[in-house]
Amino acid sequence: MTVVYFTALALLTLTAYVLASRRSVALSATGVRMHSLPAYHGLLAISLVIAPMLLIWAVGTPLVSQLAASNALTNFPAEIRNDALQAGSALREIKNLAAGQHSGDVSDALRAATDTYSAWRTSGNFLLLIIGLTAALAGIATSLRMVSGQFRARNHFERIVRIVLMACAGVAVLTTIGIVASVLTETIRFFFDPNIKGRPGILDFLFGTEWNPQQAMRADQGDIKSAYGFVPLLTGTLLITAIAMCVAGPLGLLSAIYLAEYASPRMRRYAKPVLEILAGVPTVVLGFFAALTVAPYIRGWGEALGLDVASESALAAGLVMGMMIIPFISSLSDDVMNAVPQSLRDGAYALGATKSEAIKQVVLPAALPGIVSAFMLAMSRAIGETMIVVMAAGLAANLTLNPLDAVTTITVQIKTILVGDQEFDSAKTLAAFALGFVLFFITLILNIIALRIVRKYREQYD
Amino acid sequence: MTDAISSLPTQLPPARRRAIPPDVAAARVRRRYASERTFKALGFGALALTAVFLVALLTSIIVKSLPAFSEHRAVLSVLVDAAIVDADGKRNADAIRAADYASLTRAAITAVIPGIEGRTARKALNGLLSSGAADDLRDRVIANPSIIGTTIKTPMLFSDDVDLYLKGDTGRHTAALGAAELTPSDVKGDITLTAANQSFAALIADLEREGVANDAEAGAHVLDGRIPSRVVYINGGAVKVVKATANTLAGPVLLPLSSVTPAQAGSWNLTTYVQPESRRRISDQEIVFIDKIRSAGAIERGFNWRFFTSGDSREPELAGIRGALIGTALTLFVTLILCLPIGVLAAIYLEEFAPKNWLTDIIEVNINNLAAVPSIVFGLLGLAVFLNYFNLPRSAPLVGGLVLALLVLPTIIISARAAIKAVPPSIREAAIGLGASQQQAVFHHVLPLAMPGIMTGTIIGMAHALGETAPLLMIGMVAFIVDVPTSISDAATVLPVQIYLWSDLPEAAFQQRTAAAIVVLLGFLFAMNGAAIWLRNKFERRW
Repeated sequence: MTVVYFTALALLTLTAYVLASRRSVALSATGVRMHSLPAYHGLLAISLVIAPMLLIWAVGTPLVSQLAASNALTNFPAEIRNDALQAGSALREIKNLAAGQHSGDVSDALRAATDTYSAWRTSGNFLLLIIGLTAALAGIATSLRMVSGQFRARNHFERIVRIVLMACAGVAVLTTIGIVASVLTETIRFFFDPNIKGRPGILDFLFGTEWNPQQAMRADQGDIKSAYGFVPLLTGTLLITAIAMCVAGPLGLLSAIYLAEYASPRMRRYAKPVLEILAGVPTVVLGFFAALTVAPYIRGWGEALGLDVASESALAAGLVMGMMIIPFISSLSDDVMNAVPQSLRDGAYALGATKSEAIKQVVLPAALPGIVSAFMLAMSRAIGETMIVVMAAGLAANLTLNPLDAVTTITVQIKTILVGDQEFDSAKTLAAFALGFVLFFITLILNIIALRIVRKYREQYD
Repeated sequence: MTDAISSLPTQLPPARRRAIPPDVAAARVRRRYASERTFKALGFGALALTAVFLVALLTSIIVKSLPAFSEHRAVLSVLVDAAIVDADGKRNADAIRAADYASLTRAAITAVIPGIEGRTARKALNGLLSSGAADDLRDRVIANPSIIGTTIKTPMLFSDDVDLYLKGDTGRHTAALGAAELTPSDVKGDITLTAANQSFAALIADLEREGVANDAEAGAHVLDGRIPSRVVYINGGAVKVVKATANTLAGPVLLPLSSVTPAQAGSWNLTTYVQPESRRRISDQEIVFIDKIRSAGAIERGFNWRFFTSGDSREPELAGIRGALIGTALTLFVTLILCLPIGVLAAIYLEEFAPKNWLTDIIEVNINNLAAVPSIVFGLLGLAVFLNYFNLPRSAPLVGGLVLALLVLPTIIISARAAIKAVPPSIREAAIGLGASQQQAVFHHVLPLAMPGIMTGTIIGMAHALGETAPLLMIGMVAFIVDVPTSISDAATVLPVQIYLWSDLPEAAFQQRTAAAIVVLLGFLFAMNGAAIWLRNKFERRW
């Protein structure tokens, strides 16, 4: 049905354009001075076809399936209809049967329901098609009637284009609103919905030192002990981030200094791609490298030194995460150091400073705000990174600062909880959204501060 | 403040002047130059270390991936038995499809090594071939029914363990030629090999060194799976050594002997497989079989095309990336058709039409922040909004593409804005001066000139989307999917997720395939980035 609808849409669009622009051409051939070019009359006609048809489709399709579903369910007894879970599974069976994918026995009620469902859908979709066609034809008729010498088709069309442009720019805002709304509502349910069993208080979440989300599989397992203490996840995340920053901070900053101040153009030409390639390596690849190459090495060395190293040590994940953010820190720092005016360096040289003295005592202090913000952005990236820690860090929430132990992170827990089937009304699933909210909040704060510093700093030297 | 300054004493304190002796000054300069050199070396070292990281990463992955690009096959003669394949003789396609091809492949491999008795030995022999061998034969018969009833020579895929054995060094062994005449007691079953007294003193000494003491109850040294295994090749057969004394070796026959005639010194050998049986995935029995097939010249090694033409599988030797590649293509298609127009139109609006007000400011701040939101949070958005609220299908490229489109939208908007900004205002002014409307100036003149820059940004954004994994895990693209997806609402997986799934599996063969899939992924990424750089160099214009 969708195919028919959109084929009709395409055909009508074409017809509208041809009819309207032809009419405009014919009119000007009779000597009428036209305000707008024929193409604009055509484009306006197109808008009058596409807009109503898309609107009808977007509103009508969900409405039709809603109606079909509720009418189909009247074939089942009330206790099934009123139970959300049973009604949902009945609906799935109906849809499978309608699509011809049902396996197993078919009860009379199910067959009758499927017939109702199909009948409603067919007639509903047919009705939609009729309404859509009528609206489109009305649109064509209107646009044809409007074609005249004085009619400002271009201005009208440009107004429509402007609205479309604004809507596109608004998608970014909508995304943010979507993120905040979806994550926040589930988080609020996690803390305050009285129907959720085993939910923790806010203080238990923020200051609890034990993380052990469990989900009752059956009703009689109701009293499984769950713990939602956030502290071990935070320390684990920060431990791995700290290791990563210890690797990436010095390496990234020093290579940025070398690239910005010492390297010849030839050297830059070879060194930059190395950093760009490293920046482009997908994190799942780095995770594989961490889990299968780096972790066994570290374990081997640790055992050779007589240390007890977990096979999923924080050190392995942290080191590889450090590799990931080196190019990030170095390219941002490189930019800010290049933005330091040459006159500052020249002044230092004039006072007899060597190059390294000029860098250490003049360029770096001048670039410090930018470098700090680069570090903050890198940290926010490390905190939000998922695949490396999913593949190389552990699952057990240990409260430890020993880099040789296995720790878990916020992102690992979100992934662990949400992969696979989940119900949206268990504390365990909602806990993942609460973690997501915390993650979004932490990284947002870091980003806002960092972006603000960068902006301030830029104004200083512009 | 000004008062404070004016109240300062006008006379400066006397400058501290101290004559520095020339040798001290020279030392100080040397020290400063030395620290200059150290600093420069540090910077270079940091850059070099980063390069070493990259090289280590790439080499480790490429080296791991190499075995996965080839596969071993047994080239065997198969009788395509009409009684099994086409019992009623009517060439009925359904009957041919449903026939028991595994029995044909079993017969074919049994023909190479005849005389095998006992369930375990037969099972080991049949287990050498992959379950895909029978499916390949089925495809061949269906494609060409005229071969029914004839004997054909066809390559049959080995199982992953056999393949790894043939590629790796699991079969490392040393062979010592027999120094004395050796007499077998039988040609099959558990047999004893007898030689002159003290012939096996060296072997006993080796066993003692490996920690095997004389077992008083058995009256011999008993070998188990924890020490290197020993196999005697004699009279065209093979015997596994389980008990050893100074003049006898006893154990089960792995490969039937041709006769019980005493073997002369130098005509038999004692082979030691260095890796203990319990530490490898392949038994002594299987090693003996494989070596026999190899000596019959029936093993070939070829390029692993199957890796690119088949979907996922639980059997490593049958698993391929085609499903993941198609899934990736569908997902990226959805991403591209959504984020390219939306991104470019948004950039045009912000750069050319947006009034300077608080709303525009909010949009700009928003885009910058969105670019730095962790990707997993976009996965949460997809799960809560697209799956839960809009009830879109789980695991589908449609939802994956939607999520990735939102994820790369900020990147594309930012790069498109930069490209539009780079077009000089004189272009717009000239168009407007000639009577174009503002929109005509933008769409007819600015946009075409900004297009190469926009394309570069788009390709880089798509490369980013290609490597993204975490948000797709959230929306269920991690299911085990064998079928190759055909539409954007089918369940599918993508290449990075396939890599993640395989990396979790314990089989060594899957780890090699993971590395191979990574090589393919990196190949695509480098190609895309290369295309972006080429575009930039070819069309970039400095005004």
